Amino acid sequence: MNHEPQTTDELQTSIEPERYELSSLPFYHFTLGRRDFIKALGGGIVVVFVVTDALAVQESGGGRAQSGERTPQEIAAWLHIAEDGAVTVYTGKVEVGQNARTSLTQVVSEELRVQPSSIHLTMGDTDLTPFDMGTFGSRTTPVMVPQLRKVAAAAREVLIGLAAEAMKADRASLTVADGKVSNAAAKQSLSYGQLTKGQKLLKAVTDNAPTTPASQWRITGRSLPKVDGRNFVTGKHAFAGDTKLPGLLYGKVVRPSAFGASLAAVDTKQAEAMPGVVVVRDGDFVGVAASSEQTASRAAAAIRAEWKTTPQTSARELFDHLKKSAAKSQGSDSRSRNAAGSIEQGLAAADKKLERTYTVAYIAHAPLEPRAAAAEWKDNKLTVWTGTQRPWGVRSELAQAFHIPESRVRVIVPDTGSGYGGKHTGDAAIEAARLARPAGKPVKVVWTREEEFTWAYSRPAGVIDIVSGVRNDGTITAWEFHNYNSGGSGIRTMYDVPNQLIEFHSAHSPLRQGSYRGLAATANHFARETHMDELAHELKMDPLKFRLKNLKDARLRAVFEAAAEKFGWDPARMFPNRGLGIAGGFEKGGYVATCAEVSIDRPSGKVKILRVVTAFECGAIVNPDQLKNQVEGSIVMGIGGALFEAIDFENGKVLNPRFSRYRVPRFSDVPLIETVLIDRKDLPSAGAGETPIVGLAPAVGNAIFDATGVRLRSLPMVPSGVVRHHT
Amino acid sequence: MFRIIELHVNGTRRRVDVDSDRSLLSVLRDDLDLTGSKYGCGEGQCGACTVLIDGVPTRSCITQVSSLAGKQITTIEGLERNGRLHPLQEAFLEADALQCGYCTPGMIMSAVGLLRKNPDPTEAEIVRYMEGNVCRCGTYPRIVAAIARAAKGGKEGGRK
Repeated sequence: MNHEPQTTDELQTSIEPERYELSSLPFYHFTLGRRDFIKALGGGIVVVFVVTDALAVQESGGGRAQSGERTPQEIAAWLHIAEDGAVTVYTGKVEVGQNARTSLTQVVSEELRVQPSSIHLTMGDTDLTPFDMGTFGSRTTPVMVPQLRKVAAAAREVLIGLAAEAMKADRASLTVADGKVSNAAAKQSLSYGQLTKGQKLLKAVTDNAPTTPASQWRITGRSLPKVDGRNFVTGKHAFAGDTKLPGLLYGKVVRPSAFGASLAAVDTKQAEAMPGVVVVRDGDFVGVAASSEQTASRAAAAIRAEWKTTPQTSARELFDHLKKSAAKSQGSDSRSRNAAGSIEQGLAAADKKLERTYTVAYIAHAPLEPRAAAAEWKDNKLTVWTGTQRPWGVRSELAQAFHIPESRVRVIVPDTGSGYGGKHTGDAAIEAARLARPAGKPVKVVWTREEEFTWAYSRPAGVIDIVSGVRNDGTITAWEFHNYNSGGSGIRTMYDVPNQLIEFHSAHSPLRQGSYRGLAATANHFARETHMDELAHELKMDPLKFRLKNLKDARLRAVFEAAAEKFGWDPARMFPNRGLGIAGGFEKGGYVATCAEVSIDRPSGKVKILRVVTAFECGAIVNPDQLKNQVEGSIVMGIGGALFEAIDFENGKVLNPRFSRYRVPRFSDVPLIETVLIDRKDLPSAGAGETPIVGLAPAVGNAIFDATGVRLRSLPMVPSGVVRHHT
Repeated sequence: MFRIIELHVNGTRRRVDVDSDRSLLSVLRDDLDLTGSKYGCGEGQCGACTVLIDGVPTRSCITQVSSLAGKQITTIEGLERNGRLHPLQEAFLEADALQCGYCTPGMIMSAVGLLRKNPDPTEAEIVRYMEGNVCRCGTYPRIVAAIARAAKGGKEGGRK
């Protein structure tokens, strides 16, 4: 079994969400027959949402309906109202801290006219919930919110129908509120429980039920607190690593000495002689399971493994390596190439030309809950509890690893201790399952922090080259942009440039790499918005005015203007050792502009971010306070990658795989954070967990330039915490 | 190496038969089924495993269980009394000072230690005291607000 994290082609191509979509369609779909379906849920009524629009079909793995099945295959969500009136919603999305459990509950509450507290969401369970591609790409709000809205609205209509029958009344004379259908004239009302009692109804809906327009929202659009927050502040919530099972063993994996190493020889005798220890060797995989974590660690330490290593690229030669390997891999990915006009002519028409290179380092997600999984083989079936953003993806990985059909694998995702794009793979799940099989007992594997930093995947590093031309009046005439390795997200410029060439070039990555909150939009915005600032200074123009001069998009203009107004943007302001910066952009349906103020301590050169104002617009707001929480969190997380986070590595080894050596943002790093939310009730809601991160790094870098005259073009910008003042 | 140790956890005596160099965190989680304290780093750098030992916030991942005979251990599970939340737990809910919630138990236990020592901390004092606790979701401003709120509530006659 070769399951070890490697720099595989699969990961190389999985940087972008659309590629996940292409690669992760399931082999199997929801196949419960109508009878099984009702039986599994007990009595009451079930409403299933049948996807009809093309985008959602792709996301829910539909469009492959098997003939002869009476239950529709293209199901995105379903909702069950039990005979006691309890509402359970089934969705394949997972909760990783983005508070989808809360926002989805709000939507159902709104349409079904019941209190949020009487709704339970069953999320991310491959046996109980409909297929879902994964919780990433800020897709929950634009896709799952409207689907649940429709399924809940349809359920409401079904209940009205049942009430009309029971009361022998005209539907139009009935009203619905607080879990009851009432007939005011007859002074009669029936609760949902009364209506569903004795029923066994399955109702499939498409998208015809009337849903509540944003202008009339009463529960969505408001700040409902985290619905199950109490479980977290009391420590009761069981994360994947908290899973308890009868006879549970603890697993440890013997890790290779370096990336790319293969197992030359291994002596497991000593470990095998330890009482109660199970040792598994399978190809390059060596692991142990024992009745306590300590015994498992001792057994793993007692294994003598010899690893055959090959020379690996180190951090100091990274950027050369990326550009050279990109050239070798025959150029770019055509899907990420965007060209208009002629760069040559654009540059010929320019008064000033600028050619600059920007770089971004590998950084770690470092979710506070490391990768963890418990696996159990029972009755010819594998069940795994794990924290992942792709339950069905992990199910596929398990099925492939163990050569069993997906129908014999169940993945259950307890609400997870964050992901940030870092928990798309099933590493710990596969390891736990591999150990559990011969052990004959369930096994739990929880990665150590060091394993997490070393064997998880990173945000891709990258090199970005920009060549631009501007006229003295501030008009951009040419824009050539090449991204090597970091990715194509957010690569296109929102500014109006007649001559442009924008290209993503894939390269060989020395480290395992994959999705990270915002994907490459952070790197691309850093390069673009830093370069825009450089151009503005070349022209001696206000960086905000320069942007607006080249920008027609009304929504992006609106966030720039809102951020600048709240911040009190004043390019003429001069305070010693203080600086202001602005940056913004668009990605995944969200528009963001960020203003930052920094101070530079003298003579140390220590950088401190004093204040950040973010204006964000993502259509109609579902939950303002949770949205604000996401914006604030993005800003704080963004500070790490902007200023000091970087994975240091040499010849196949990570040199800083601990929090004591890899600095993440802490309380004292946090500036005053102010958030301006623009609520566009006339526009569909978009997701918001990612895009607010993209403006922070360039805004801070531009502010550092304003304060010091030093232009920083590499993320992280001040790994030592200090900027050198060149005078 | 194995020996019976009596631990005082959340006001109850618990006898455990464990290797004396085991970490308190692993004993709490694996032997006593108190999984509210979390593993985050194993080197006392992130605070997810914080418990109170005789009222002082302590990183249970680097504390050997053999050092705790006769000491009072309080974990996140021990804060709620008769179904009533501790003011800090209430304050975290009111300020929505969490996203994924994995750091939350450790944050609350550290904050309990802070307010015991300093019932009316300034914002700067909160920041300094909490510096050893990591929240990767970035809810720091809300956590500061929650602690300030709980401190204020305490002064106004709420539970200390």
